[in-house]
Amino acid sequence: MDATVTKGAGEATAPMSPPPLAGGGRGAGAMRGDAPPAPSPITPPPQPSPARGEGVASRSPHAREGVLRASLAAWGLVLPSLVLLVAFTHWPAVETLWDSLHATPRGSRPAAFVGLDNYRALLDDPVFLRALWNNTIYAAVTIPASVILALVMALAVNRTMPGRAVLRMAYFLPTMLPMIAVANIWLFFYTPDYGLFDQVLSLFGLGRHNWLGDAATALPAIIAVTVWKEAGFFMIFYLAALQTMPPDLHEAASLDGTPRFMFFRRVTLPLLMPTTLFVLVNAVVNAFRMIDHVVVMTRGGPDNATTLLLYYIYETGFRFWDTATAATLTVVLLAILASLAVLQFGVFGRRVHYR
Amino acid sequence: MNTLTRRTVLGAALAMPAIRRAVAATELGFYFPVAVGGPITKIIDGYAQAFQQEIPDIAVKPIYAGTYQDTLTKAQTALKAGSGPAMAVLLSTDVFSLMDDELIVPIDSVADDPAWLSGFYPAFMKNGQIGGHVWGVPFQRSTIVLYWNKQAFQAAGLDPETPPADWKSHAAMAAKLTRREGGETRQWGVQIPSTGFPYWLFQALAIEAGATLANAEGTRTDFASAGCQDALRYWIAMGKEGVHPPGIVDWGTTPRDFLEGKVAMIWTTTGNLSNVRAHATFPFGVAMLPAGTRRGSPTGGGNFYLFRSATPGQQQAALRFLRWISSPERAAQWGIDTGYVATRPDAWETPAMRRHAADFPPATVARDQLAFAEPELSTHDNQRVTQALDDALQAALTGRKAPDAALAEAQANADRLLRPFRS
Repeated sequence: MDATVTKGAGEATAPMSPPPLAGGGRGAGAMRGDAPPAPSPITPPPQPSPARGEGVASRSPHAREGVLRASLAAWGLVLPSLVLLVAFTHWPAVETLWDSLHATPRGSRPAAFVGLDNYRALLDDPVFLRALWNNTIYAAVTIPASVILALVMALAVNRTMPGRAVLRMAYFLPTMLPMIAVANIWLFFYTPDYGLFDQVLSLFGLGRHNWLGDAATALPAIIAVTVWKEAGFFMIFYLAALQTMPPDLHEAASLDGTPRFMFFRRVTLPLLMPTTLFVLVNAVVNAFRMIDHVVVMTRGGPDNATTLLLYYIYETGFRFWDTATAATLTVVLLAILASLAVLQFGVFGRRVHYR
Repeated sequence: MNTLTRRTVLGAALAMPAIRRAVAATELGFYFPVAVGGPITKIIDGYAQAFQQEIPDIAVKPIYAGTYQDTLTKAQTALKAGSGPAMAVLLSTDVFSLMDDELIVPIDSVADDPAWLSGFYPAFMKNGQIGGHVWGVPFQRSTIVLYWNKQAFQAAGLDPETPPADWKSHAAMAAKLTRREGGETRQWGVQIPSTGFPYWLFQALAIEAGATLANAEGTRTDFASAGCQDALRYWIAMGKEGVHPPGIVDWGTTPRDFLEGKVAMIWTTTGNLSNVRAHATFPFGVAMLPAGTRRGSPTGGGNFYLFRSATPGQQQAALRFLRWISSPERAAQWGIDTGYVATRPDAWETPAMRRHAADFPPATVARDQLAFAEPELSTHDNQRVTQALDDALQAALTGRKAPDAALAEAQANADRLLRPFRS
């Protein structure tokens, strides 16, 4: 693409001028009159050389042709990913929305248009409301818990001390294990009587606990697994960010006699904000996306105490084959995730300073 | 050019036998689940090979598809996408869902020989007999039985050769078998698991209390009957008296709890028989479930289904395979290898099965219990209706809801789900 643009613009203008890489690369952006970092073929540059400005003005049809070719080339390059994105993301989303407005087809009975009936039915569905509530608690606990724990662990291993590599590895290990394996290991931890937790607790004379079989402890048990699994993953990002932090900031602060907590609050934390945003977005998505451990450990039980939204969608879609309700639930989940994303990038993202 | 031609000719010549075989053979895709321990996939692959050696123009392609639930999901997805198998082994209780989605054909519309279908145990046929047709052929079928630890019986001063015969002696023995040290229970009297599919275990208690969970048409349930209430109260009472672990008991770890000596009696499928026999370090017995007002257990397990999308030629070929695999000798061998109940009375008359029964008497308990067995709970929209009952049972067992109220709620939910199917 750059070659085409360079040729088109270069012929029209002074042959000595540098190839307008950025202008060509931006394609449509240049046409909208964004301030380009390098001279662009059509928008007058901030300090145009006379020859160049003249050339563009007098040969604008040629230039326009060049831009057209450039944007064609740009679309051509975008096309493969666009096709994939439309086929596997946008089209299914539209179809889901469409399905959610229809009844479930059964056998030879086709799907009938029912408008918003499926959405109204959800409001009367106690399992859906339970799943929504469970997922809210699940997200409200796992997100802050895993992010804070990740930060604490990163700070702990971000200094020279004996056994640092081993400690870092230990923190990161849960991330490397597949969730199915993790869930099976924890299933054993939670087993009443001879599971790890009950064996340890019995040393202190505390009796049997049916962690996953009790509606009061099942969801917290699932949450604990998630935090254990996630924190190590987020720690890696914090650790990477801490490593790139220039040491002179710390030196300057200690010369001024800044207390350590003050330094952390005023310097470290703000500098970690881009990482925090990234980690938060991931944590939010994971809070609605990870259900492997629910499948392995509780299957949503007892009495829907651990049913999360995505698990309920799976059950409705592929166990009950109520595709219309499953589509409706999916739209609800999409709406929740979209509004959370807007909230994060809109409100939170504004406070993030990128260096 | 020269080499290319030569290669083409050579390739075609080499491929000829394969092409001829492919033209001659009817291919049968066959999805099957594995729900118990043991080398099930190897056994099934062996059947497919032996069958093709006998009948070379039919090639059975067995495809292991996971649990029952996974297999149903995969078969339904593939069939709805237009590229499904010709047959599958699925839960006997999914018959209404498969009929409502118009995915299966009645076996008796393909077979013209009713004598063959009447050779199976009636208790195993019931789940597949709907509207005057036979929709499923019994294959890997089971019932619930009681396993007891003879050593624990002896230690508790009970006769190790006498399992409980009725609910009263069952509760009394469970109380004697429960061993406490301080505030802790070292050994529970009995465990009835309640994860995954608590309705199945509950149905055993309900049958014993004289209740019937659903009508034969699969359009009405009766979860709130007096019998159901008695059954659930009996279950919960054992937890309250401390002879049964309180709350929810895991299905998967129950056999291990038994093998570890954490519990003296368990209720579980006959499908666990080979597993328990292989790992028990103490003498154990297998008995019919204790009687309430009567003896009883639901049947369980999977049937063969033939799919509508298969060609008539494939359906006929599939039928030949079904007749071949359910011959008395093979039904007997399948039972011996897996612990499932051989599905036909004549299978129990084969020399191999007679030897097995003499060598390992517990193998016959499930068969004898068939006389008291009832079809497993099965209705239209089956997965959802059973889920409603499962939720209610778990809510009652964990003490979140009163038993009678929980059952009434499950019944109301089932009524709502089944109303469209009543006419």
